[in-house]
Amino acid sequence: MDSQLLIKLVLLAGLAVVALLIVWPGRGARRMALRRISLLLVVVTAAVAVIFPQLANDVAGLFGVGRGADLLLYGLVVAFVGYVIATRAHHSRVDLQVTELARAQALGAAVDAGSIHR
Amino acid sequence: MSNLDTWLVVPLYNEATVIQQVIADAIQVFPKIVCVDDGSTDNSASLAESAGAYVVRHPINLGQGAALQTGFDYVLSDVATEYVVTFDSDGQHQVADASAMVARLRGEDVDVVLGSRFLDTRTNASRLKRAVLKLAVIFTNLTTGVRLSDAHNGLRAFRASALTSVRLRQNRMAHASELIAQIGRTKMRYVEEPVHIVYTDYSRSKGQSIWNSVNILVELILK
Repeated sequence: MDSQLLIKLVLLAGLAVVALLIVWPGRGARRMALRRISLLLVVVTAAVAVIFPQLANDVAGLFGVGRGADLLLYGLVVAFVGYVIATRAHHSRVDLQVTELARAQALGAAVDAGSIHR
Repeated sequence: MSNLDTWLVVPLYNEATVIQQVIADAIQVFPKIVCVDDGSTDNSASLAESAGAYVVRHPINLGQGAALQTGFDYVLSDVATEYVVTFDSDGQHQVADASAMVARLRGEDVDVVLGSRFLDTRTNASRLKRAVLKLAVIFTNLTTGVRLSDAHNGLRAFRASALTSVRLRQNRMAHASELIAQIGRTKMRYVEEPVHIVYTDYSRSKGQSIWNSVNILVELILK
């Protein structure tokens, strides 16, 4: 039996959540609230890990991971992947907006095409 | 032929060396030319203007796809527009080819005429370039349902009524494939026309590197 099965499942679940966030439709209030709640959870978890370092080790043991530091690292990787993907999506949205804005400005400043007769 | 119902859309980015000559040649046949200056850092825009083209200026560099879409929006605002030709600013394209393509739109029942450099033997592309372009053709044919012999040719002629359904969202290089995909999706009637692409030392010196095909692929996959 794979002694690291549990941690593998947990990390894959984390990546699945990231994947879900990518395809989740819209960017309404719920999505924003979920993002804020998860960020808050990360901060609280970090604070707990700082105050009770042994706790991280205990949790790691629970998941079949050697040390708490390893567990933190794994969590960080999942969080980082999520961050990269979210940033990328945000970036391409902003890109699209800038493009529309710049194109509108360019067309607004140009001589009216319909007025051209040679 | 006066071609007053036809617009040439020329995306323009840092082509000060050649743009004046390109416009001067084209304007003999096509009096209505719009250059979409994509934030050039040289004086390309004013050179194009002095050669007789109308110039729409992007305040910042957005990419060729965005420049084409701006040009489409511009020429479609002219009610006299019946035909729209996309034409490169670097001198690779022949005015006679563009003219022949518009003539086909006038005479045949098609929406778009696409230039192809692989339908005859006039175009001398290097073996590597040929191979990369052929790969692009295979990829485009597989993904768009449109059957072409040349996928990344900037010389195209559209019927204005068909062009209204085109909306390019890929700013950078992948717009060529995107355009083909939209031609397929909107069920435009298309034909190919053999064209002669002239590779000069100038165009070679700034031409698309093979690396660009990697970028195009990434842009297509990671929208």
